[in-house]
Amino acid sequence: MSEPDVTSGFGGPQLGGPQPGGPQLGGPAPAGQEAVRLEDVHKSFGDLEVLRGINLSVAPHKVICLIGASGSGKSTLLRCVNLLEPVNRGRILLWGQDVTAPGVDENAVRRHIGIVFQAFNLFPHMTVLRNITLGPTRVLGVARDEAEEAGHALLVRFGLSEKQDDYPDRLSGGQQQRVAIVRALAMKPGIMLLDEVTSALDPELVSEVLGVIRELAAAGMTMLIATHEMGFARDIADRVCFLDEGVILEEGPPRQVFTAPVNGRTQQFLRRIVDAGRL
Amino acid sequence: MPVRGSREGADLDEQTLLAPGAPPPGSFAGNGRGSHLLGGQRAAAVSTVSTVVFIGAVIALFVFAPGAAAVRHTFFNPQQMKQAFLGDPSKGLYSVGKGLILNIEMFLIAEVLILFCALVIAVLRQLRNPVLFPFRMLAVVYTDVFRGVPLIIVIYGIGFGAPALYIRGISTQSDFVYGIAALVLSYSAYVAEVYRAGINSVHQSQVAAARSLGLSQWKSLRFVVLPQAVRTVIPPLLNDFISLQKDTALVSTLGAVIEANRAAQIDSSTLFVYSSYTVAALLFLCLTIPLARFTDRLIARDVSRRLAGSGTVR
Repeated sequence: MSEPDVTSGFGGPQLGGPQPGGPQLGGPAPAGQEAVRLEDVHKSFGDLEVLRGINLSVAPHKVICLIGASGSGKSTLLRCVNLLEPVNRGRILLWGQDVTAPGVDENAVRRHIGIVFQAFNLFPHMTVLRNITLGPTRVLGVARDEAEEAGHALLVRFGLSEKQDDYPDRLSGGQQQRVAIVRALAMKPGIMLLDEVTSALDPELVSEVLGVIRELAAAGMTMLIATHEMGFARDIADRVCFLDEGVILEEGPPRQVFTAPVNGRTQQFLRRIVDAGRL
Repeated sequence: MPVRGSREGADLDEQTLLAPGAPPPGSFAGNGRGSHLLGGQRAAAVSTVSTVVFIGAVIALFVFAPGAAAVRHTFFNPQQMKQAFLGDPSKGLYSVGKGLILNIEMFLIAEVLILFCALVIAVLRQLRNPVLFPFRMLAVVYTDVFRGVPLIIVIYGIGFGAPALYIRGISTQSDFVYGIAALVLSYSAYVAEVYRAGINSVHQSQVAAARSLGLSQWKSLRFVVLPQAVRTVIPPLLNDFISLQKDTALVSTLGAVIEANRAAQIDSSTLFVYSSYTVAALLFLCLTIPLARFTDRLIARDVSRRLAGSGTVR
């Protein structure tokens, strides 16, 4: 727990699976267990039905990309997995355990899930290093110097070590987003949820963030990624899901979804993307 | 101040490169620089003259007004100001200066208690735990009531009401304690609202980021929301504390506490002039103005640390 795992891969049942610390999520996950499973998930905000029956399964070490127009429910889906939004109907299972069941300790669930937001959401009153060590020290109970050592090692790995004493406002958008990714990684999550993490960035800063994500994928991190970067999704995803008006209309390997989409809406969506020169 | 002279040559070189008809190079920059310089001088001159005229007018008001001599005698009598400041037991004069120490004591004790109580109230109103519902209700009623009731009534209520209750431990305190209790009760309601505004000003995405790390609602509040909220509300908080510093004078209405204002009251009724009040006013200003400057510096330091804090070498 003291040393960051900088050589071996991320994720997987041994590292990322539920750790003994989580009271509701006890025990290591059985081999072959799905990391995430959504069953008929519904979510409404007032009269607005954002998710209308989502079924999705994410195997360990796989990268799933969610594509679709703005408002199709991608972000809401991620926020539901993270329990930031309670679902109205259906179940969400993490490593086989129903986290939407009553009485589940949401804080215990969340410490196994890393989420990165579109707008970075770094804590502006804390240095980069403190942003990263807050979770480990205050949630996992890691000693401060241990957490700082681990945080520093992660920053070194992602080329941010000279920024560790700066405040987030001093960093470029790309650097801030990389710090946000490192902050999530510092919790040693079993899965990462990335919510349009490059959408708020200047175009020339996108690649440095995508590079980090590729690195995570290569290291075996399980990821659920909502993105508008179609080229990136095609390269990195094991499976692509096309969301439209709160349902997954089409799902499959990227080659199939991008080159031979079956559904009319998917074809229409991809044509607009191609016309805009973004694929 | 820009260095002139050396630029002229550069301008000439650029001139040859320009298409005919284009404005000569430096015609904007040069003019801007010149007029800025001129405008700078003119602005300085204008502000100096207007300041002199304004101060002169104020002085003239005090010198030439029909009642100026009487006002100077009553409010700005140096001899009696000195007497009021130092006090003179042989003439039954209390020291306004010594009284002010008591004001400062009350202010400091009250301030610490207010900062704490108000924070508790603001946090209580923020937590959504159903178990805390009655406390949340109580906090709402409390802020509504004590923001609505004038401080002087609270001071009377406690200063005269508490002793009348004959409760052991409560009814036997000094007016000093009652005064502080009244200040804390009244001001905590205001300051709690200031805190609450600060808490609400922290964007919801910060809470989402904190909660997604697995921090509980309380820990998110403590480590992420409150530190940002408090920074935001330092200026309005200071405003309230300058106000509190002044309002400690109202405790004089309880009579037995000889703080600065009470000392000035007694002195003015002994000397038959109001110069003692002027002393009290000046002394209060000596406290509140540095307080204001100090907070300005705190804010500036925080801003510069966050925005210009780069270049830190590890």
